[in-house]
Amino acid sequence: MKSYATLLAAGTVALGVSALGIQGAALAATPKDTVVIAYAIDDIISLDPGESFEFSGSEAITNMYQRLIAYDPKDVTRLYGQLAETWYVGGDGKTYTFKLRKGVKFHSGNVLTAADAAYSLQRAVILNKSPGFILTQFGFNKDNVKQRIRAVDDSTLVVETAEAVAPTFFYYCMTAVVGGVVDSKEAMKHEKAGDFGNGWLKSEASAGTGPYKLVNWKPKDSFTMIRHEDHWSGDKAKTRRVVVRHIAEPAAQRLLLEKGDIDFARNLGKDDLAAVARNKDIKIQQARKGAVLYISFSQKNPNLAKPEVREALKYLIDYDAIEKNIVQGTYVVHQNFLPQGFLGAISDRPYKLDVAKAKDLLTKAGLPNGFNVTMDTRNNSPTTEIAQAIQGTFAQAGVKLEIIPGDGRQTLTKYRARNHDIYIGRWGPDYQDPHTNAETFAMNEDNGDDAKSKTLAWRNSWNIPQMTAQIKAAVREVDPKKRVAIYEAAQREFLKTSPFAIMFQQIETVAHRANVDGFEMGPSFEDNVYYGIVKK
Amino acid sequence: MSASASSRPGSRAWLLAETPHSRTQARLGQAYVRWLHFLRNPLAMIGLAIVVALIVIAALAPYLTSHSPFAQDLGNRLQAPSAEHILGTDELGRDVYARLLHGARITLLIVGLVAIIVGPIGLLVGTVAGYLGGWFDTVLMRITDVFLAFPRLILALAFVAALGPGIQNAIIAIAITAWPPYARIARAETLTIRNSDFISAIRLQGAGPLRIILGHVVPLCLSSLIIRITLDMAGIILTAAGLGFLGLGAQPPMPEWGAMISSGRKFLIDHWWVATIPGVAICIVSLGFNLLGDGLRDVLDPKGK
Amino acid sequence: MATRLVLTVLVTFLGLLLVTFFIGRVVPTDPVLAAVGDRAPAAVYERVRMELGLHLPLWQQFWIYVQKVVQGDFGTAVLTGKPVLSDIRRVFPATLELATVATLLGLIIGVPMGVFAAVHQNKWIDHVIRVLALFGHSVPVFWLGLVGLLILYAWLGVVAGPGRLDVGYFDVVDTVTGVILVDSVLAGEWEVFGNAFSHIILPAAILGYFSLAYIARMTRSFMLEQLRQEYITTARVKGMAESRVIWRHAFGNILVPLITVIALTYANLLEGSVLTETVFAWPGLGSYLTDALLAADMNAVLGATIIVGTIFIGINLLSDVLYRLVDPRAK
Repeated sequence: MKSYATLLAAGTVALGVSALGIQGAALAATPKDTVVIAYAIDDIISLDPGESFEFSGSEAITNMYQRLIAYDPKDVTRLYGQLAETWYVGGDGKTYTFKLRKGVKFHSGNVLTAADAAYSLQRAVILNKSPGFILTQFGFNKDNVKQRIRAVDDSTLVVETAEAVAPTFFYYCMTAVVGGVVDSKEAMKHEKAGDFGNGWLKSEASAGTGPYKLVNWKPKDSFTMIRHEDHWSGDKAKTRRVVVRHIAEPAAQRLLLEKGDIDFARNLGKDDLAAVARNKDIKIQQARKGAVLYISFSQKNPNLAKPEVREALKYLIDYDAIEKNIVQGTYVVHQNFLPQGFLGAISDRPYKLDVAKAKDLLTKAGLPNGFNVTMDTRNNSPTTEIAQAIQGTFAQAGVKLEIIPGDGRQTLTKYRARNHDIYIGRWGPDYQDPHTNAETFAMNEDNGDDAKSKTLAWRNSWNIPQMTAQIKAAVREVDPKKRVAIYEAAQREFLKTSPFAIMFQQIETVAHRANVDGFEMGPSFEDNVYYGIVKK
Repeated sequence: MSASASSRPGSRAWLLAETPHSRTQARLGQAYVRWLHFLRNPLAMIGLAIVVALIVIAALAPYLTSHSPFAQDLGNRLQAPSAEHILGTDELGRDVYARLLHGARITLLIVGLVAIIVGPIGLLVGTVAGYLGGWFDTVLMRITDVFLAFPRLILALAFVAALGPGIQNAIIAIAITAWPPYARIARAETLTIRNSDFISAIRLQGAGPLRIILGHVVPLCLSSLIIRITLDMAGIILTAAGLGFLGLGAQPPMPEWGAMISSGRKFLIDHWWVATIPGVAICIVSLGFNLLGDGLRDVLDPKGK
Repeated sequence: MATRLVLTVLVTFLGLLLVTFFIGRVVPTDPVLAAVGDRAPAAVYERVRMELGLHLPLWQQFWIYVQKVVQGDFGTAVLTGKPVLSDIRRVFPATLELATVATLLGLIIGVPMGVFAAVHQNKWIDHVIRVLALFGHSVPVFWLGLVGLLILYAWLGVVAGPGRLDVGYFDVVDTVTGVILVDSVLAGEWEVFGNAFSHIILPAAILGYFSLAYIARMTRSFMLEQLRQEYITTARVKGMAESRVIWRHAFGNILVPLITVIALTYANLLEGSVLTETVFAWPGLGSYLTDALLAADMNAVLGATIIVGTIFIGINLLSDVLYRLVDPRAK
């Protein structure tokens, strides 16, 4: 009946007749067996675990594919076996052995064997798409991978790295999405021109062992998953169907949530969150994420290359006011390159808005009246607002900041080509080991324009041979305590001298209808799982 | 000449004389009649008033408010309209009223520049194509066709994407997409004029094509072009606002109205004024231009369209 | 005549392609990034650049592209990883649906409004209608959409929110035409139809207002012209009922130019939907094209442009032909 009421009401409005007097159509509700999530998912390029490297894509894949080992989202230092029952490293520090569980079934009904695990890692190495480096950094390539990663029998997988590294480093890399185990028989059935089924897995279907399987993905519109009925573990999905709808506008997400047209809103801004917090039908849950928000100063710019200027600018950001007024509930102040929750993270925060000190430093640098500089800024929220707030405080010390806004990919293109002065950006770790952030922020092996490794330090032309060597040593350090000590020292040094002002760490805040619960969120988007969601 | 300026009581009679003594008198007289006609059209007068008000506000913006359109006050963000901030404050605590007033300058700048760029280009292409005809006409009109075959906003989007976002580029992009219809109109007018007796007479006197086009054809095409430009002003304002809304037009912290709607829409539910007020401003100004253009058409183009 | 027409269309097309292609190539966005994502390492980036043929000279890239298009291959969209043609087939019905409902609304309301205004020329009702129509050309659609959503969806709850359907109705009806209003009728699912209707009515009404304004205005001036004619006076003198004079005689004579006007507004709506689609999260061609443009996804941009351009040229051609067929005076 509801639809007819709506129809009638809508028709009335359309004809311009007063809609007053008609009570709103019965409150919409999503079906009982379906959970609807509103989320900006336009970044998804692929749903193939061997290729996906986007935030929302990796979340989708986590719910469809499982890895050999995983870490506990509540305590990242604790690793547990997902598809592997046991695992160990040999005395040479290079040979890892994984014993697989028995009786695990793929979405197709095929039974998992070590051959599937070997195939999955091999294909990721040979395809060598964006996340491929997470595996290839251990010395695999398309010629040696079939010897180095092999199934010894149905339940034993052996992996040989090129050199000995800190085992935790290797294990954390195996917990990344790229380590997701694919049904080799199904993938090969859909193989085209030696693509290991990539064309098929990219957008058509899922072939994993996870609690959900893919029904369809309509790019920039939605993806739908349905429960994997033969799932082996206690993680069997409680709700039959999950639909993730792409809604870019936070205000639209909030409206839909308040109306009950969706169950979860994932991209609400500070003000929307404050408003829905007062609604008794809506609840809020939060998790600290690994992503950090920073601004960086290109060392090609002669003013920004002066150490006093770099320090002065760090004193010209009103961290607290921005947190309180712009990003509350979505970011918290954090000033170090390792996010809270990572091995070796520290919580020092020496910088706050101090215009007098900044002016002193600028005078020391020979720029008592400030200078003009540009900042490339993505035209999205909250980046634009933060940029304008920084523009305001920079001006207090005479630093005239011109904001050059652009679409995300446009600003990034410029940043990658090192054509910026200042860049405001967000960085999310590639995997759960500290090396991922340490490498990009504090390593720059070759500052030349055609360098092989183009880290964030390289993009800002920050030449740091000593720190690079330090970070390199940390990866090989087998003793976890010593490893932590290296990272702590590097962060303190970084805080003082680097051309990066790390400002905030992301908190993911999700608002959901009060009758829905059980969405689990971890420190990475790869840890957000749907199987526990129940609807009353 | 002297008569019109000096003898005030007689000027009306002079303007409305049934048998004008000079060409100037005839022309001025005709213009005066049109102006009287225009005065009788209340809607057109409202339009004129809005446009004049826009110009006045743009000119006097700094004197009409004590607030700066750029000064931030994060502690006072998203305040509802009050005595201190008559139209409230936006998401960075800036005074919406001050931003609205300064935004009028940007709007005026956009329409003004587009008109200045588009008018001459359209006129030149149209008259040259129409007057010279033949091969020249075919090529120019094919180019016009290509541009007309594009959806206008999409073409503007494409150009802005290529040139980079920003107010200057938005103006250029709008101008590039706006000229073809003017070329069409100018060409059509030229075709009717080209073979008229007086043009033939001038040609016989030995005038070259350039002189004929600039001296005789162009002035005759002007009135229909002016109507069209005035009627298009609203469209230009809307396109500019649309680009601003998509984040491709004026950039922060510029108080362009479309960009203000775009940043205000995030707060629409609880703080409606931030996005609503600039929207109302756009409506009023475009309506003003539309009313004015409509009135001008009635006066200058009695055939009606 | 016919060959000349075909030639004209072909040249226009080639120009269309050329312009879009070169715009796309000077966009300061890196198309490789669209293919590999923001976080791709350098080696992957280089390889994909080669695969996309971006290291070749521009004219060569263009030539390769034109050759493929002639063979009906629009390439693969980087954004979705699917063939452009299948993408367009997926998103086009949404836009078609929106533009059609909008035009219908504009037609049903705009035509009587125009006739009414003409009959009561210079009375207050004429002024009101004129201002209403001009207002349609003055209001930013994206703003009206936001305000409409706020009032009719958020406050009054009389229409459905953004999107084409509530999720509960997703995948209930099989996709036949892709136009949900039609598919649901074919399947006899009236509840889905009702839901789709309550979703489409607001964006369509807002979009339709724009076409209403134009249609009403044109109808008015066409009617005025007819009402001035002698045969109308004659009919009145003969004592014919006024409604018959207006609707049978005067209105009957403006049908042909009116059809042209409607065809043109229809074509315009296809592009006018860009902003409306953004506000209403409507997964149509407009938003597809905008996304592709911003990401420098050239295959998608060119494919969509060719489609939109074709429709534009096609509708213009059609209304032209129609005009000639129906009206013997126009030669």
